[in-house]
Amino acid sequence: MIEVKGLKKGFNGEEILKGIDATFLKGKTNMIIGASGSGKSVFLKNMLGLFEPDAGEIIYDGERLGEMEIERKSDLRKEMGMLFQHSALFDSMTVEENVMFPLRMFTKMKKNERQERANEILERVNLPGLNKKMPSEISGGQQKRVALARAVVNYPRYLFCDEPNSGLDPKTATIIDNLIQEITHERDITTVIISHDMNSVMEIGETIVFLKDGLIAWEGTNKEIFKTDNKAVTDFVYSSELFKKVRIAQNEGL
Amino acid sequence: MRFLRHIGTYMMMLLGVFKRPTKAIVLKELILKEIDDLVIGSIGITAFISLFMGAVVALQTALNLDNPLIPKSLIGFATRQSIILEFAPTFISVIMAGKVGSYITSSIGTMRVTEQIDALEVMGINPLNYLIFPKIVALAFYPFLIAIIMFIGIFGGFLASVYGNLVSLEEFVVGLQDTFIPWHVAYAFIKTIVFGFLLATIPSYHGYYMKGGALEVGKASTTSFVWTCVSIIIANYLLTQLLLT
Repeated sequence: MIEVKGLKKGFNGEEILKGIDATFLKGKTNMIIGASGSGKSVFLKNMLGLFEPDAGEIIYDGERLGEMEIERKSDLRKEMGMLFQHSALFDSMTVEENVMFPLRMFTKMKKNERQERANEILERVNLPGLNKKMPSEISGGQQKRVALARAVVNYPRYLFCDEPNSGLDPKTATIIDNLIQEITHERDITTVIISHDMNSVMEIGETIVFLKDGLIAWEGTNKEIFKTDNKAVTDFVYSSELFKKVRIAQNEGL
Repeated sequence: MRFLRHIGTYMMMLLGVFKRPTKAIVLKELILKEIDDLVIGSIGITAFISLFMGAVVALQTALNLDNPLIPKSLIGFATRQSIILEFAPTFISVIMAGKVGSYITSSIGTMRVTEQIDALEVMGINPLNYLIFPKIVALAFYPFLIAIIMFIGIFGGFLASVYGNLVSLEEFVVGLQDTFIPWHVAYAFIKTIVFGFLLATIPSYHGYYMKGGALEVGKASTTSFVWTCVSIIIANYLLTQLLLT
């Protein structure tokens, strides 16, 4: 479980996060949603320790991130998996080397064991046979799936995903969503996902935090989000024509 | 103030490079790869330049020797001294600032832009140690490259002057051996070690701390080249003052 208490962060005198309190549950896919510029990525980078909060605290299973020694912080990070928005694959390594990288760095597994695990994960993300390709030789969607494989290959305790579906076709997006949820449930991982994609929210948003202007404007589940009257949420959700039509149909009892 | 901030951040970076080391076996592979990329990969171009520079130094000396009282062996002597004292360590390092320095800045800068450095950090790896330490170790082998360059430069001078009928082989060899001071070679290698460190760390600094996108990677490479050259030239003066006077 990850708890966030009174988190504030600003840059050059401008306050981006204005005091956020949130809890992300273990074994659940926890989503952070909000419009562009609402502070989602800054929130995530604070949780990862890439930014130092101006105020507030982030607590990982009872341990305060801000009070951790650098070595402990480093150990904690070995238990994290991160799927970056633009994949962030190491472009000097092959697909297989990228996926095996966390195993190579943090385990004593032999090369054949690492390869076996990498193949297993690559098959799960539906990418068998690409092991020897370089990241530049595969498509953006495939890169995303390799990045997901790298993020989960050592079965992390915490999984963070920044826009896992951006730039993906609907079919691949659904595969990625389902895979994230499956792994979260299977391994009892605390998963935090940043997303714009309302399809993902509907599919896997077990807990949802809606961010607006650096504050949490609404909290709930994927079942509750379509029933709420919170104006900020409805403006965001029903900015899509499709969801607008779904709501009209619901109201008309169709 | 900005300059001081850069110096401070550079020093902090150097401290960070030696903290939280990467797994030894991984580091070994990274070092070998960097030796291949940075040192062995530079032999071709530096050898080509030094061969011709050695030849030009010999030619220029020969063409400017008007006084019949000055022995022709001076051509060998002047070639040796200029190659060992300045050309091989300093001039080649300035060229390396362009070749290797730009490569280091752009590769690390691209990793910064594409969040690969963030990925390393999130995984609990010290990116400074992972990325910069192997480059520092690899460029500790830079004196070996310079030793080859010294030999090739003098060989270029020999080819131009002996086969260009400017001096006989015997006279050239006499000049090469004339008042040879071994300390000058040591001085050249000490300079080379310092320049190697500057070549590894200044471009790394400019790549690691760059902000922005692809355009800024190009700008960072240019800035890095300028500052590496400036540092090498200043270090050259200071070391010469310190070691030879």
